[in-house]
Amino acid sequence: MVSFITNLINGLSLGSIYAIIAIGYTMVYGIAKMLNFAHGDVIMVGAFAAYTIISTMGLPTPVGILAAIVCCTLLGIAIEKIAYRPLRNAGSPLAVLITAIGVSYFLQNGAMLIFGSDTKMFSSVVPLQTLSVGPFLIPGTTIVSILTSVILVSVLQIFINKTRPGQAMLACAQDRAAASLMGISVNNTITLTFAIGSAMAAVAGVLLCSAYPALSPTTGAMPGIKAFVAAVFGGIGSVPGAMVGGLLLGVIEILSRAYISTQLSDAIVFAVLIVVLLVKPTGLFGKVIQEKV
Amino acid sequence: MALLEINNLSISFGGLRAVDEFNLSIEQGDLYGLIGPNGAGKTTVFNLLTGVYKPNEGIIRLDGRDITGKKPIEINKAGIARTFQNIRLFKQMSVLDNVKVGLHNIYRCPPAASILRLPAYYETEKKMNERAYELLSVFGLDKEADSTLASNLPYGRQRKLEIARAMATNPRLLLLDEPAAGMNPNETQELMDTIHYIRDSFGMTILLIEHDMKLVSGICEKLTVLNFGRILTQGETKKVLANPEVIKAYLGE
Amino acid sequence: MKKILSQMDQTSRNDFITYGMVIGAFAVISILQALGILSSQIGGLLVPLCVYSIMAVSLNLVVGILGELSIGHAGFMCLGAFASAFFTKCVGDGMPSMLRFVIAILIGGLIAGVFGFLIGIPVFRLNGDYLAIVTLAFGEIIKNVMNSLYVGRDANGFHFSLSSANDMGMDALNGEMLINGPQGITGTPRNSTFLIGILILLLSLFVILNLIHSRQGRAIMSVRDNHIAAESVGINITKYKLMAFTVSAVIAGFAGALYAHNLSSLAATSARFGYNMSIMFLVFVVLGGIGSSRGAIIAAVVLTLIPELLRPIASFRMLLYSIILIVMMIVNWSPASRAFMEKHKLNRFLFKFKKSAGKGGK
Repeated sequence: MVSFITNLINGLSLGSIYAIIAIGYTMVYGIAKMLNFAHGDVIMVGAFAAYTIISTMGLPTPVGILAAIVCCTLLGIAIEKIAYRPLRNAGSPLAVLITAIGVSYFLQNGAMLIFGSDTKMFSSVVPLQTLSVGPFLIPGTTIVSILTSVILVSVLQIFINKTRPGQAMLACAQDRAAASLMGISVNNTITLTFAIGSAMAAVAGVLLCSAYPALSPTTGAMPGIKAFVAAVFGGIGSVPGAMVGGLLLGVIEILSRAYISTQLSDAIVFAVLIVVLLVKPTGLFGKVIQEKV
Repeated sequence: MALLEINNLSISFGGLRAVDEFNLSIEQGDLYGLIGPNGAGKTTVFNLLTGVYKPNEGIIRLDGRDITGKKPIEINKAGIARTFQNIRLFKQMSVLDNVKVGLHNIYRCPPAASILRLPAYYETEKKMNERAYELLSVFGLDKEADSTLASNLPYGRQRKLEIARAMATNPRLLLLDEPAAGMNPNETQELMDTIHYIRDSFGMTILLIEHDMKLVSGICEKLTVLNFGRILTQGETKKVLANPEVIKAYLGE
Repeated sequence: MKKILSQMDQTSRNDFITYGMVIGAFAVISILQALGILSSQIGGLLVPLCVYSIMAVSLNLVVGILGELSIGHAGFMCLGAFASAFFTKCVGDGMPSMLRFVIAILIGGLIAGVFGFLIGIPVFRLNGDYLAIVTLAFGEIIKNVMNSLYVGRDANGFHFSLSSANDMGMDALNGEMLINGPQGITGTPRNSTFLIGILILLLSLFVILNLIHSRQGRAIMSVRDNHIAAESVGINITKYKLMAFTVSAVIAGFAGALYAHNLSSLAATSARFGYNMSIMFLVFVVLGGIGSSRGAIIAAVVLTLIPELLRPIASFRMLLYSIILIVMMIVNWSPASRAFMEKHKLNRFLFKFKKSAGKGGK
């Protein structure tokens, strides 16, 4: 029982990181209607930025985190403007998907060129010691990850529902043409979405590498895909859905690693996704859109 | 016996009775009009007839056979074909291929014969081409039908192509949803002649939804008027159009 | 030659050009090889080029013709590879190598096809991006399961396990390890040749192009263009979705068999059968002009050769490759650049294969 609860807590920790990444995916999907395959690699860039500032340059940790956030935000904006915007009205939605894959390759190989392909040891940014609550040992990173994700989701929910730019995002998500007729700048709104999503990716990158300290140019790829799965799980386009999806995914992954098979844990995660989608074809919180005949 | 017999057909969407106790009887060879103000439930009737929606109540009989609640494919096979208000062509396929898709269940050829190009394949293709061109020529669409994409046709001709595609399935009953929408008066006149022609020479029974009163009064022999999902009146065109209730429904009070 | 071409209708002419292109490429390369001009580096790429071309043609049937996004196609290739290599390994020298290879290829296609059909049933209950993510999930599951599959054989017959070699209960001394978990299948004879690769590519083209230009192919395309209208004229949507998906999986299985018999050790690594690979096939299809088999082959060849040709600048090559990919996509697809090309009549040169292919495929 003790080990089960420990696993559960580890699952929630990993899940909260997935959730932060998944929110970036889901926001971009909801508003720009594109799968940003490069999102996972933005995480990696964030982690490398923090690593450079903290480990290589020896500057204080908060500076490193801040630098990672700024770096990823700018990167997100740049990617959107240079690579995705020209294809916004391309004939096929596949065009921008493939471009996103190109961006993903670019980031991975760029990082490979700058930092080399060997794995770096990332030193945790969390100063908190492991806590022992009764029989349970809870690592500091776990507490910070869970808290951060809860805070980020709450702030984001308030931002989306209570502020003008947030409302503009909702409007663009529903109907871009109508939003632009109402005087909302669709381009700026999409840029803002990428900026927020990428800033969150930076946070996720720092947390991910604090929990699993191996950092390499491909670090972001698998968590990126998992987070994408989490976003679909929760119903793509829904922020609370991404949060729930991320947490569930993390828990399922850790539990199946612990109790079923390490090798098959990814297969189990994907199998659960398939079952969820078959029962609820638009994810847990997704809206069903009926085609008008 | 009537070709199409609808009794007490009803459907609700979230508490709203979109179609309420709808009755209709169409004889073989009729050219029948379904009219009414916007939002009266006309297209919903078509969607109920073609299996897009399942009714909450009521029975639909085609030639005495109960087809209520059957799937669109089954209903098409039973003998009802339709066009759509917002044109639904196979846009990236040629004009000819659009009609050949309509002939899918008329001329058959197993997949193996198609892939291996057995004689059955060439035979089927030949028959399909002949029939498709025959249908296309009725609508004057046979020129360059093989090399023109459906999406490159002008609007009016797209509507005609949809009718040709529907007719390719050899229906007993043809449902036309606003066939003249977006056409200029010349095109509408031409369309009226064509509709008459297909009724007479193909022996087709036609039920159409239309707003263009010139077309309705020009070709429909009988009318049903829908208002707020309910039948306002039905009968011979002249009598229906002279009915003060109908005029009121259209022009408001 | 011109006369023959002008007598055909446009679709057969287009197909003919595609076959001609493949046969022509084969002839040229064979001559170069005979003359000893071809570098061994390129020589080693010939079979993989065939594999990727077949995968591109296969995926094009799903993405371009059926209009559904699949990002798990490497999974079917993986199944074909393992099924065929497993067969070859089991039979050993009990059969002439050529006959064994032909049967292995057929088995690869059959197993991939069966799974394609079975996976297709749940997958096609979903739409759009949800369908895409489920294909990705299935692809990853296949790779993952193959990675943890142990199969051995001893006097008592076959033994299986999904956890470790010791769990199989095989006679460890006299038994033979057939599939060894993450190490996969080792010692597969390298039966694949460029000629066989080209023949399978031609066979795949024959099946797919003939299917496209038939009653079934039109039904598949009608589902892509407007599924509601397709149903209204009596097209069984599920049937034709499954048909396209299954045929595509069979052909991916062929490609897998070809791939497996080009390697002496076959392991289900992410680099070979992961989603990255599926995405690469998708890149071929999209860059080739979605719906065009010929374009997909050209894109597969060009995109496989670019990194190889860039080898001299080794460290920059993948970076450059990614930039080329992004630029090609933007130039090819952005409305602004399309308008520019239209205006300056540049599209004639750049997009020739794409335009004609649009007719051929669609």
